[in-house]
Amino acid sequence: MRVLGIETSCDETGVALYDTEQGLLGHVLHSQVPMHAEYGGVVPELASRDHVRKVVPLARKLLADSGVTLDSIDGVAYTAGPGLVGALLVGAAVGRSLAFALGVPAVAVNHMEGHLLAPMLESDPPEFPFVALLVSGGHTQLVQVEGVGRYRMLGQSLDDAAGEAFDKTAKLIGLGYPGGPALARAAERGDVSRFRFPRPMTDRPGLDFSFSGLKTFALNTIHQHRDDPNAGADVAAAFQLAVVETLAIKCRRALQQTGLTRLVVAGGVSANVHLRERLERLAEDQGGRVYYPRPELCTDNGAMIAYAGALRLQAGQHEPLSFTARPRWPMDELSPL
Amino acid sequence: MKLIALETATEACSAALYSDGETLERYSVQPRGHADLILGMVDELLSEAGLRLRELDALAFGRGPGAFTGVRIAVGVIQGLAFGADLPVVPVSTLQALAQGAFREQGHGRVLAAIDARMGEVYWGAFTEGPSGLLEPAGEEGVFRPEAVPLPTGSDWFGAGSGWNTYPKVLARHPGRDILHDGERLPRARDIAALAIPMIERGEGLPAEKALPVYLRDQVVRKPA
Repeated sequence: MRVLGIETSCDETGVALYDTEQGLLGHVLHSQVPMHAEYGGVVPELASRDHVRKVVPLARKLLADSGVTLDSIDGVAYTAGPGLVGALLVGAAVGRSLAFALGVPAVAVNHMEGHLLAPMLESDPPEFPFVALLVSGGHTQLVQVEGVGRYRMLGQSLDDAAGEAFDKTAKLIGLGYPGGPALARAAERGDVSRFRFPRPMTDRPGLDFSFSGLKTFALNTIHQHRDDPNAGADVAAAFQLAVVETLAIKCRRALQQTGLTRLVVAGGVSANVHLRERLERLAEDQGGRVYYPRPELCTDNGAMIAYAGALRLQAGQHEPLSFTARPRWPMDELSPL
Repeated sequence: MKLIALETATEACSAALYSDGETLERYSVQPRGHADLILGMVDELLSEAGLRLRELDALAFGRGPGAFTGVRIAVGVIQGLAFGADLPVVPVSTLQALAQGAFREQGHGRVLAAIDARMGEVYWGAFTEGPSGLLEPAGEEGVFRPEAVPLPTGSDWFGAGSGWNTYPKVLARHPGRDILHDGERLPRARDIAALAIPMIERGEGLPAEKALPVYLRDQVVRKPA
């Protein structure tokens, strides 16, 4: 079965082709990040306006690059949530209608399930069951995964997502938007031992996260050292360490609590080198292993949507002749395959 | 000539199928129901006419102005249909379709179309009857504060659209002139289809990715200082 996947939930337009026999045939991405950077954050209306200009041109490029014709597509998958409602509706409208025109089934895919299953696209995929840490600009979640569609939410952020905290703190240091990756670079120049940031919510049981306090801590620290040109880099280093340590502590707890050994890490922040090193050390200590998607599939992309959609279409799932955007769509509401 | 037209820019959702002189239409006023309804309407019209999508000559759509998300529903659906069935697309002004409806049903040949644009503004356009029996633009469309709309000179104008419901007095502000209006009138797909036919005949069909909205309101965010 050959499936075209469309992702438009936030500020990246992604289109991909996945074939259940041949694997990933291709994926293309257009990032709106530079467009939103001028405004210091994602502007939902501008995101929708850009998606509607990009989906079909990207799909044409994908087909041309991978030498595939539209007639050979057996199904269409699109992200229906969670995400920005107007942005989601663009991909849903195009995807559902394209399937109708081709006379093939369509399936609405949960964006978080897409991230969670993305490591399955690699040559050495994890086996079920595993614990997944989904960590991006929009989400921080720990999920127990027994199989496709069998998800138990173990914990999530009560306020800012980890990636959001990275971006906001970067802005405070004066690194612009989105400054997450810039903050990670600045941290390399910083003295990690100079400041000690708290590890939020690690002093009590449970697997929930809270990152908004770190940003306030960073703000106060910068204020106290505003005449020190090195303070920014030192704050970046201490902040990054605090986030990495907090995530690692919760991951260790999640593995211990579930008795599982495999840890899957996906989402934009999973590209962070320090986080990867730390989680690999942790998994080794626990006698387990960490699995990641390749870097370009860590951030939002169409490939994970095509893949998750293919699994669901193969299981006979498909949408009626209508489409919906679900800005909030908890993963534990998904049906098991 | 066979075509399907969609209009989803206001609280009305409609689809029309024009086939060699006959028009079939589905129309429903259901705010926020457009994504649920529109493809089902298309499917029903094709079944009723005994046609397949690929047997059509073109697709037409209301390109706005109107509710941003509403306009993008028609645009997204048209892009998907046109891409999948390899059909040309024709964008038609939602304001012009609104005016055309007032002409078709009530015989008004000089229409001031106004759609409530929220935020204290209206989408505005003036249309007059042309030689082809269709209304044609008599000036540029725009988004205006109601007291600033460019009211054309002359008499016998008729007002159509939700803008007239929200600002009846302000829009008809010229002293000594009482502009009759129908503030309940909504744009319909059958008028999108009628306006699209000559465009298709002139070979103005575009590829799927050129099916794009016309928002008129382009300042949607302020840049930080």
